[in-house]
Amino acid sequence: MPVKVLDFWASPFGVRVRVALAEKGVSYESQEEDLFGGKSDLLLQSNPIYEKVPVLLHDDKPVLESSNIVYYIDETWPSPKLLPASSYDRSRARFWTDFIDKKVYDAGRNIWMGKGAEVEAAKDEFIDVLKKLEGALGNREYYGGDQFGFLDIIFVSLSCWFPTYEKYGGFKVEEETPKIAAWLKKCYKRETVAKSMPDSQKVIEFVGMMRKMHGIE
Amino acid sequence: MEDKVILLDFYPSMFGMRPRVALAVKGIDYEHREEDKENKCQLLLESNPIYKEIPVLIHNGKPVCGSFVIVEYIDEVWKDKSPTLLPCDPYQRAQARFLADYIDKKVMETGNLIWCEEREEKEAGKKGFVEFMKQMESELGDKPFFGDNGFGFLDVALITYTPWFKTFEICGDFSIQQDYPKLSSWVKKCLEIESVSKSLADPDNVYNFYLTIKEKRGI
Repeated sequence: MPVKVLDFWASPFGVRVRVALAEKGVSYESQEEDLFGGKSDLLLQSNPIYEKVPVLLHDDKPVLESSNIVYYIDETWPSPKLLPASSYDRSRARFWTDFIDKKVYDAGRNIWMGKGAEVEAAKDEFIDVLKKLEGALGNREYYGGDQFGFLDIIFVSLSCWFPTYEKYGGFKVEEETPKIAAWLKKCYKRETVAKSMPDSQKVIEFVGMMRKMHGIE
Repeated sequence: MEDKVILLDFYPSMFGMRPRVALAVKGIDYEHREEDKENKCQLLLESNPIYKEIPVLIHNGKPVCGSFVIVEYIDEVWKDKSPTLLPCDPYQRAQARFLADYIDKKVMETGNLIWCEEREEKEAGKKGFVEFMKQMESELGDKPFFGDNGFGFLDVALITYTPWFKTFEICGDFSIQQDYPKLSSWVKKCLEIESVSKSLADPDNVYNFYLTIKEKRGI
């Protein structure tokens, strides 16, 4: 059954789907959406509520919202397993997935969209979020334990925007949360992660363009 | 080893009602502990240090936090107890999870606007709420429940907001259920399930709770 992903090159949420499919060795067709010029009819029909990427189409049936898509990928293509084996560990992965979804991107957005004093406050909030996630990692190799897994995919995908937050927030992830920086280095050694990430310099330029659009610079 | 299940809860909370409903429909015994929001107990603060919020399910000493996370956990751990709440098919499961998340986003966003004193915000909230109800009426279609095999995950997600409908109606000065015959019929069917109706908060109780919050905030 064919697999198609409606995506946008800079979307960290799209990265999640790319990494998950790559981990499972699933071939798919990627359709790049023009989020500024005109979303495709397929996107608007597949996701009428939010009109957002990513969308996974499996045999033309749409699966929406990136975390949801990764759960679906894990359940549909069983090997290798991304979610942990025990129900309790799975509940922890779901809890932290929800936390990451609610906090990381928006906190980062407040940094690059902020003006004046807002930026400092946004930076402090972002670092607080990272510190909580660093606590969740503890002394493990990965969020998945010994193996790269579901929660690693959910979080590492957002890191392609970290250099952007660092630039506009005036901080370094490595200094604030060294364990997260070390974990990121490990993840980036995986081919599935490295090949799924957009170029972080291009993301910085893209955000620069968006800031101009919003009248921030 | 016998299971020890504790639920840290708050009676009017739509999120707290979800594990109550899930545990009740599956017939799982548990100890219910009502939390005082002004004076949270040490167990809650330790079990959910990130949000310090209910609901928290503590199963044999291990905390599970987040209403949907808890419901999925209950469904997995007690998979031998019917009903099975999440669909078996991965695509149907993805649909249920997506809509459950949509329900939370939309109801919280529109509900918060309806509670505003400013007319413009209130009207925007009512408009959004009407859109939401239309969407859910369409999702339900002619099925008796949102779940394909009877009362399920998505039913749990939405039914726990219904005790708050009276509060939204009074604040927004509008009627919610009368324009949505399929949803009204669905609510009746859910309330016919004793384990569901006994787990839901009383709408008058919820409204009184809302009034105490309003008073405390000096609105």
